[in-house]
Amino acid sequence: MPRSGRCRSNRQRIPVGRFSLTSDRAGLAWLGLLAAALGLVPWYKGNNLFAGPAASALTEALAGRGWLWPMIAVTSALSIAALTRGWQRSNLALGLTLGAFALLIWQGFAVGLRGPSADWVGSAFPRAADGQTGLGWGGFLAGIALTGLLSDLFAARGFCRGERFPAFCITAIVALLTLFVFFPILRLGIAAFVDPTGALALGTFWARISAPDLWGVACFAGAGRCGVVVNTVVLGVLSASFATALGLALALLVNRTDFRMKRALRAISILPIITPPFVVGVAIILLFGRTGLVTSFVADLMDVRPTRWIYGLPGILIAQVLAFAPVTFLVLLSTLEAINPTLEEASRTLGARSMTTFRKITWPLLRPGLAAAFLLAFIESLADFGNPIVLGGGYEVLSVKIFFAVVGARYDLGNAATLAMILLALTLIAFWLQMRWMGKKSYVTVTGKSDAGLTAPLPPILKIAVFAVVLPWVLFTLAVYIIIAAGGFVTDIGRWDLTPTLSHLVTAFRFEIAENGLQLYGSAWDSMITTLWVAGLAAPLTTLVGILTAWLVARQDFAGRRAFEFGTMLSFAVPGTVVGVSYVAAFNVPPVDITGTAAILIICFVFRNMPVGMRAGLAALAQIDKSMEEASQTMGAGGATTLRRVVLPLIRPAVFTALVYSFVTAMTAVSAVIFLVSARHNMATAYIMGRVEAGEYALAIAYSAVLMIVMIGCVALIQLAVGTRRLGRRQELQGRPAADPAE
Amino acid sequence: MTETAIEFVNVLKRYGSAVAVDKMSFSIAKGELVTFLGPSGCGKTTSLRLIAGLELPTEGQVKIAGRDVSRDPASERNVGMVFQSYALFPHMSVLDNVSYGPTIRGVPKAEARDRARAILDQVGLAGYEARLPSELSGGQQQRVAVARAIVQQPDVLLFDEPLSNVDAKLRRKVRAEIRELQQRFGLTAVYVTHDQEEALAVSDRIVVMKMGQIAQIGTPAELYEQPASSFVADFIGDANLIEGKVSSGTFHAAHLALPVRAADGIVTATIRPERIRLAKGGIATIRSASYLGSRMEYVVQDENLEFLVSRPISEPRLTAGDSVDLQIDPADLVLVR
Repeated sequence: MPRSGRCRSNRQRIPVGRFSLTSDRAGLAWLGLLAAALGLVPWYKGNNLFAGPAASALTEALAGRGWLWPMIAVTSALSIAALTRGWQRSNLALGLTLGAFALLIWQGFAVGLRGPSADWVGSAFPRAADGQTGLGWGGFLAGIALTGLLSDLFAARGFCRGERFPAFCITAIVALLTLFVFFPILRLGIAAFVDPTGALALGTFWARISAPDLWGVACFAGAGRCGVVVNTVVLGVLSASFATALGLALALLVNRTDFRMKRALRAISILPIITPPFVVGVAIILLFGRTGLVTSFVADLMDVRPTRWIYGLPGILIAQVLAFAPVTFLVLLSTLEAINPTLEEASRTLGARSMTTFRKITWPLLRPGLAAAFLLAFIESLADFGNPIVLGGGYEVLSVKIFFAVVGARYDLGNAATLAMILLALTLIAFWLQMRWMGKKSYVTVTGKSDAGLTAPLPPILKIAVFAVVLPWVLFTLAVYIIIAAGGFVTDIGRWDLTPTLSHLVTAFRFEIAENGLQLYGSAWDSMITTLWVAGLAAPLTTLVGILTAWLVARQDFAGRRAFEFGTMLSFAVPGTVVGVSYVAAFNVPPVDITGTAAILIICFVFRNMPVGMRAGLAALAQIDKSMEEASQTMGAGGATTLRRVVLPLIRPAVFTALVYSFVTAMTAVSAVIFLVSARHNMATAYIMGRVEAGEYALAIAYSAVLMIVMIGCVALIQLAVGTRRLGRRQELQGRPAADPAE
Repeated sequence: MTETAIEFVNVLKRYGSAVAVDKMSFSIAKGELVTFLGPSGCGKTTSLRLIAGLELPTEGQVKIAGRDVSRDPASERNVGMVFQSYALFPHMSVLDNVSYGPTIRGVPKAEARDRARAILDQVGLAGYEARLPSELSGGQQQRVAVARAIVQQPDVLLFDEPLSNVDAKLRRKVRAEIRELQQRFGLTAVYVTHDQEEALAVSDRIVVMKMGQIAQIGTPAELYEQPASSFVADFIGDANLIEGKVSSGTFHAAHLALPVRAADGIVTATIRPERIRLAKGGIATIRSASYLGSRMEYVVQDENLEFLVSRPISEPRLTAGDSVDLQIDPADLVLVR
């Protein structure tokens, strides 16, 4: 074909002017949204007596709320600045935007619910004495618009190589993390240092933090009780030690023996993840409590008096080891799998016997993995709330004590905040240790070459030891899950009354289909429906934020990237109980007054679970050649399009993992939500906790069983929706596919 | 003067404290193929990415088709790029890969596909539209990558070491294909390589880079015959570098004394191995002799100087230990400071 013809038909050049127009348009759109947020949308939440319902910031300001004027004035100035050419690169526009942002925050905090927060505010704006309620849609939209505008100005200055979409994502995520992770913690820290009137009270703080019921060590001397901090740490260390040992035994069994039922073992190890909290505790009580099945059996057999030994440290410990062993198992299994078998073979050929090889080669290579597993289990134990509250008895740990300081009859936010700060400090120390361990260069060698050689089988003595540890665990797990599976469907499994019945289910989930449609009578419907809604909304949002964050961290080169990554991981390290209290401290009062809504539950889940989605995303992105995205960019695709059309299809398995994890966690989480549920928005776990506290074990078990079935069903649905067509082969994902067809 | 397609004005790119591209200025004419050549870490890939918009300059201006695009992201520039790894989308068919760009830029789907088909036809891949990239050979994948880059009639076509994943045997053929396509479509192209032979073969002009700066710009012949520095002389082809000094019109090094036209001072003289002739019997000694099929290569020791000499196979062979006389035509010396 002659060249001229081809070229002429293709000569539809992209109009050069279009681009600058688009970039102007984005900034102007944000500015427009900002103006609408200030001038049209109701500024405050709900009704208020001042300017009538649904009044915008402008109306409110005209009606006398003068502290809104500075923000409105700066926004007006910004609009005028935007009339000039190239305003997005001017320092003036940036300064005004930052100013508007600062004033938005200032107006929220300057005046509280009952009046001005500082004297000069009161004298400058007399009507501040009437106070102001929390921000409504107007306030939040203004925040969003300013974030967008700021990101646009950053992009115009070359942030994120000038790409507007990633610049917006980073700015927005930083803003959200600040608002929903760091601000609450800050608020909580402040709460620890002030008395109820708001005055600084270092004396009170000192009295709280030095209280003997925190640090007492009397129990070690065999006299009396230990302090709650000591209890927490002792439990954490014991629980992490046992869980790591059990995890190691399981990992060795799977990786180093010819044990046949490895798949079954892996399946069992997933169970704790989808098991609602409390129910394992209940099962343990039903087995080992004073009237428990095992207790009664042993008592009859040996003719001893049944005791309540299970309540306290032993009970919590058993439940926690059961719950954390799968986590340590997975960590140690991956460590074992990463050890190059040729190292062990080399040792064998040099004349070492199998035991010597294990001791001198395998064990030292495992040590970083063991440390990581231990610290992970330790952090989980610190954060655990469900097991101690059911099985704790007189053994108090921090998470439970924090809960009762806020929810109990003695509401004392200051005390809860102090305890939460201690718990947070403990966690952060463990987290820091873990980062140090992980950061160190590990000797584990994954070369990427095919590992010639077979893994060394375990020395016989170790093999026996491994079976001796794993077998009781299998039996115990089976016993617990038989109770959970059957307990809800028989009259009273605790007294071994095995008459099948649906009465518990009916209590929880009775419904009728009458003339006027479906009628739900069961007591559990409300919480079940709320839980499904909240989890169903939180899961995609969590995945979105998590995967986006992973993409930003892995692919965007921007100032502060390390701090950004660290910040997101930190939000994961904060124990749920601390998050719960901090949300109470931060969001119970204006300007962001959102407690009692379903939104706060969703927000809480999104920012707690987002790091898991991020980890999954990072792992998947590490497998994909960056140049594919760059190719997409050079062909004219912006960040969002590239993400949607190139990145997401390639990391679908990670998306699936993130969705499933965030959904399941939202269904089963308890430690943070327990502070945030309300009569209107109750969650399944909170409902179950209520039943456990009331001693209605069978009902709790029945509900838990239903919850697990629902979860499995939903996971199957997610799988169907996301699809699992894998492009898993590494070579194919590198953008330079192998010559032979994959799949 | 022909139209300028690309221009760098004092472009500086800094990563933290490291300077990758140091105040570079040059321009590329429309329809020209210019190669960035240099050792690894010299900033050649960074310069390419600065044109693409995958990096933004810290200082200075990048202009494409006369427009300052320094702050424009890649997606808002009209460039086509062929990546070292090809970067084909593994989850899309060949046709979808090639029609991706036009679709993104708002061309209706049917038309985008027609254009993609036409281009695939041009690069000799008609009939492969429905295949996945994984079902093509390496050479075919590369042609898809090129088709994808030129389907949008880019202002400039960028190649980032496009031959590094091609079989050594095929390289000559593929680079001829690339050159032929570039000339057939009249495209402005920028090509990055660290292989000087490849650069000499495909380029209209070559930008030799060293530590983020331009060492020399010129046609292949200019670079080979008139290197501006010992670095360029050494990097482009083989060269003997002789340190010595000029005094009153004569270059002195060891016992060499050759008439040159240059000011007095310390200089480095460069001479290509094939420009030195050898005659039997002399004060220099052959240290080693290598048979390379098309020519003989000798290392000759002359006092404390060592020369690499390359002679046609038709000349009488010499062996290690032979005494020879080095014959240098002063006109072949290029003096650099």
